[in-house]
Amino acid sequence: MIKVNIHITLKEGVLDPQGKAIEGSLNTLGYQGVEDVRVGKFIEMTFSDSEQVTEQVEQMCQKLLANPVIENYSYTIEEGVVQ
Amino acid sequence: MKFAVIVFPGSNCDRDMYYAAKDALGAEAEFVWYQNSSLEGYDAILLPGGFSYGDYLRCGAIASTSEIVKSLHREADRGTPILGVCNGFQILLESGLLPGALLRNKALKFLCHHENLVVRNNQTLFTSEYEKGQMISIPIAHGEGNYFCDPTTLAQLKANNQIVFTYQNNPNGSVEDIAGIVNEKGNVLGMMPHPERATEAILGSEDGLNLFKSMLVNWRESYVTNA
Repeated sequence: MIKVNIHITLKEGVLDPQGKAIEGSLNTLGYQGVEDVRVGKFIEMTFSDSEQVTEQVEQMCQKLLANPVIENYSYTIEEGVVQ
Repeated sequence: MKFAVIVFPGSNCDRDMYYAAKDALGAEAEFVWYQNSSLEGYDAILLPGGFSYGDYLRCGAIASTSEIVKSLHREADRGTPILGVCNGFQILLESGLLPGALLRNKALKFLCHHENLVVRNNQTLFTSEYEKGQMISIPIAHGEGNYFCDPTTLAQLKANNQIVFTYQNNPNGSVEDIAGIVNEKGNVLGMMPHPERATEAILGSEDGLNLFKSMLVNWRESYVTNA
């Protein structure tokens, strides 16, 4: 079993009003030192077949999981994960 | 003239589009389910608003992988007029038929009211019945209508006169007040405001009707030219 963790984040310069709202809430809770809160996505999946996992994940990110106009992506691949 | 109204799971303005084309304009219109692979035989294609696939992942992202979007690419290449409104605009962007992306509204609120739009380009097959600079009142209804593109794309949009509609009072944070854009070829228009909801006086505005009229007039002209 191969486990893949994908992180999708907004590109620098892309407005993140949700992050701003969370930042405001954290400040209200007394966390005054918090800055630059950005919200992203975390997607996890498993592969039963170890063939060409990296290539497939790369394509998935480009074709669907991330929008290259506004988002960056990164991923980690863990081999031999037992569930 | 025969319009196709594509229906995705979660479309909710499909009937508004259908009635705008059929009743308000008096043309033919048919619903086309998103699993159909063919768009043959239609003179124009309408992508309605709504929440296809519950806006999962990103608005319009899942819909953009459906079978019918391949046909949409073929029709776009062929020059068939394609209008995407609201979620339809989001699907056009996610499909790569138009440049840019739509982000959450700047103030995070779902906005639902009439906005004044300025017709920036009336030299398109969608806007020829308007005057350049004309102000029109069209309803908006969206949570993610904040148009974004990089500076290079924006420069191209300007250079090619692809910005068709702008907001008079930008409600959502869109760059350059952009409310609607066309592709370079001019046959694919995407816009967040809903012209199909402004086609009869009883709806509060008839300002959207000229968009559909423009499509009809230009189709007739192309028909005469090609005959």
